[in-house]
Amino acid sequence: MSTDSSSLWNKIKSWPLLLPVVALILVMALNILHDVAVGANPLSFFTITLNQTTSGGTILYGRIIDILNRGSEVAILALGMTLVVSSSAGTDISVGSVMSLSASFCCMLLAGFGVTSTNELRVPLIVGVLAAFAMGTLCGCFNGTLVAYFGIQPMVATLILFSAARAIGLLVCNNMIVYIRNATFGAFGAFTGPLPTPIIIAAICIAIVAVVLRKTSLGMYIQSVGINSKASRIAGLNSKRIIFLTYVICGFFAGVAGLVNSSRITSADSNNIGLYYEMDAILAVALGGNSLGGGKFNLAGSIIGAYTIQAITTTLYALGVSTDQAPVYKAIIVVIIVAIQAPPVRAFFRKRANAKAFGKEAAKA
Amino acid sequence: MKKKVLSAILSAVMVASLVAGCGEAAAPAPAAEPAAEPAAEAEAPEPAADVEEAAEEVAESEVAEEAAASGELITVGFAQVGHESDWRTASTKSAQDVFSEANGYELSFVDCDNDSAAQLEAVRAFIEQGVDYIIIDPIVSTGWDTVLTECDDAGIPVIVIDRTIDDSDKYVAWVGSDFEKEGKAAGEWLKAYAEKKGIKEINALIIQGTTGASAQIGRTNGFKAIADREGWNILDMQTGDFTEEGGQQVMESYCKSYEGKFNVVVCENDNEAFGAMTAMDNAGVKYGPGNDVVLISYDACKAALQNVLDGKISADFQCNPMGAPDVDNVIKTLASGGKPEASIIIPDNWYALEDAAVDFSVDGEPQTFTVVTADVVSSQLY
Repeated sequence: MSTDSSSLWNKIKSWPLLLPVVALILVMALNILHDVAVGANPLSFFTITLNQTTSGGTILYGRIIDILNRGSEVAILALGMTLVVSSSAGTDISVGSVMSLSASFCCMLLAGFGVTSTNELRVPLIVGVLAAFAMGTLCGCFNGTLVAYFGIQPMVATLILFSAARAIGLLVCNNMIVYIRNATFGAFGAFTGPLPTPIIIAAICIAIVAVVLRKTSLGMYIQSVGINSKASRIAGLNSKRIIFLTYVICGFFAGVAGLVNSSRITSADSNNIGLYYEMDAILAVALGGNSLGGGKFNLAGSIIGAYTIQAITTTLYALGVSTDQAPVYKAIIVVIIVAIQAPPVRAFFRKRANAKAFGKEAAKA
Repeated sequence: MKKKVLSAILSAVMVASLVAGCGEAAAPAPAAEPAAEPAAEAEAPEPAADVEEAAEEVAESEVAEEAAASGELITVGFAQVGHESDWRTASTKSAQDVFSEANGYELSFVDCDNDSAAQLEAVRAFIEQGVDYIIIDPIVSTGWDTVLTECDDAGIPVIVIDRTIDDSDKYVAWVGSDFEKEGKAAGEWLKAYAEKKGIKEINALIIQGTTGASAQIGRTNGFKAIADREGWNILDMQTGDFTEEGGQQVMESYCKSYEGKFNVVVCENDNEAFGAMTAMDNAGVKYGPGNDVVLISYDACKAALQNVLDGKISADFQCNPMGAPDVDNVIKTLASGGKPEASIIIPDNWYALEDAAVDFSVDGEPQTFTVVTADVVSSQLY
């Protein structure tokens, strides 16, 4: 009996997702403390109810839904970012700007160039959607070519689109915010039945990547290129093509995230869509326990990391932390989460645990 | 043959300089640009024209242009911040409309793309061009003393619009908006409106602008001053960063934290109000005139006025980007030897539907509402 539970405990301890999950739970536990302190229902943060909207629909309603909903874009970006980090030991810092460009390009096609506000789509919706995906993929190809075939450092290569893509987006939109107040365009950011559509889109993206990585050897190839690209090449892998491919995937997902974000606000706000999202996506990868030095990766960790970031934001809103102080608290929480995952800290705790176990055994003897 | 080629190149260069001149009016050769036009046109029917001839033509038309410039048109250089928002674009358009040739002006417009070094360069280029007046919308509020002293030495009056200059007083006037007054107006209107509708208790939620922006500080302080005086309850203030997504996310959280406890929502710009409306729709909160929640917004862009008309936003308080007419008045005063006021506030308009357009006064000054109709919406320029 006791050996059973201890082996389960050991299993949990060696579970790679342990720390990311603990971090997420800790962040949410803050809300229980707060609710108890103010005398509210301690589980109010976790309560999900069905709510009537003013237009008569019924939707799922609660803070957990908010976290899943608002975290969708970063989760989608984190998928591509994880693969990029793994294969090239570098980050794609252009994803936020590419989101903006994809959204602007999509809205420009849907509204027509120079039109700032419209209720009707000028071309079928599917054209705009595919255009957003295509623009993201194109940007990914550009980044991938620079990194894989020209051997430019990932941060330098993606710095080009980091600064240029948003500016091109502004140009595409004639320097204006393009409003498309149309329900069919807004569908990607609204609700499908009772569920927010962004959650469904994120789930589909995650499922596709998970299946592809499981059912094909792509995941193994990416990791082996990340661990040693020369050895992989000698072993018969086309390292360059695999690095290129990860950037294309990352760009494609930036396009998807851009579409979702712009659909949420039914407009293309080139200045603000995807602003600082690249940092959140990189942070999500790091919070998920992945090394930014490339090689082995854990996709589930990155996704949990993405929702942890949103959980922090939602928690700060829920606690009513004044906005001038919110970044400070956010920084403190992130520092703690990253610190408990740092190798020296983990080694320290392992050593203490070992010492304890040794002490117990010595006492028994 | 050689001459032919040479003249062809010359005309090409002139056309190129003409195109460049349209794009970047900051090029420090003002007379050459307009001069190039008639010269290039004259070349067209006679491509084999002599180089000397072309040069002569340039010189002639140059003299003619200069005479025209000094004789009639007032030259104005405008160093604009950039083109980051619809508001900014409207401000630029206002200047281009007012300082047109039809109104007796020649405008050199430079879009500084939010680069403060480029803006200093643009002002220096204006001095070299010898424009009659310089208009600056300063990207940053400090570091201006040297260049403004240069303007002063050159005898060119400087007029500052919209944003402020803090470390120099070598400009004749500042023309801009009073954000604090906008905030106070919203507060005073709410007081009058609550009295009319018999709303006894006010529980307000504020979605602030980007922390530290002058519009955020002014609007928050103005509204808060009235709220403190009247003893209203401000439940929470969080920032939506002046964006629609920010407004959505903050309101989404407010709807859960303060469910059924608020009856006023103040958004510090229109985009935040759009976001707040989506969030309240999803939460099943009814807002706007005739409903439980009063929604107040600032900026009054066209899309927002449409929402006022549709009965969603209760009142919208403008921040007027049309500063150019006031600058025009300053220039006219200076030209006639007068001394303009040091700071001039662009008159803002307050927008609401007939029912909500109640009379109120700010600091003892009675205010009038613009009642929103379809015509008002369609005539709004931004």
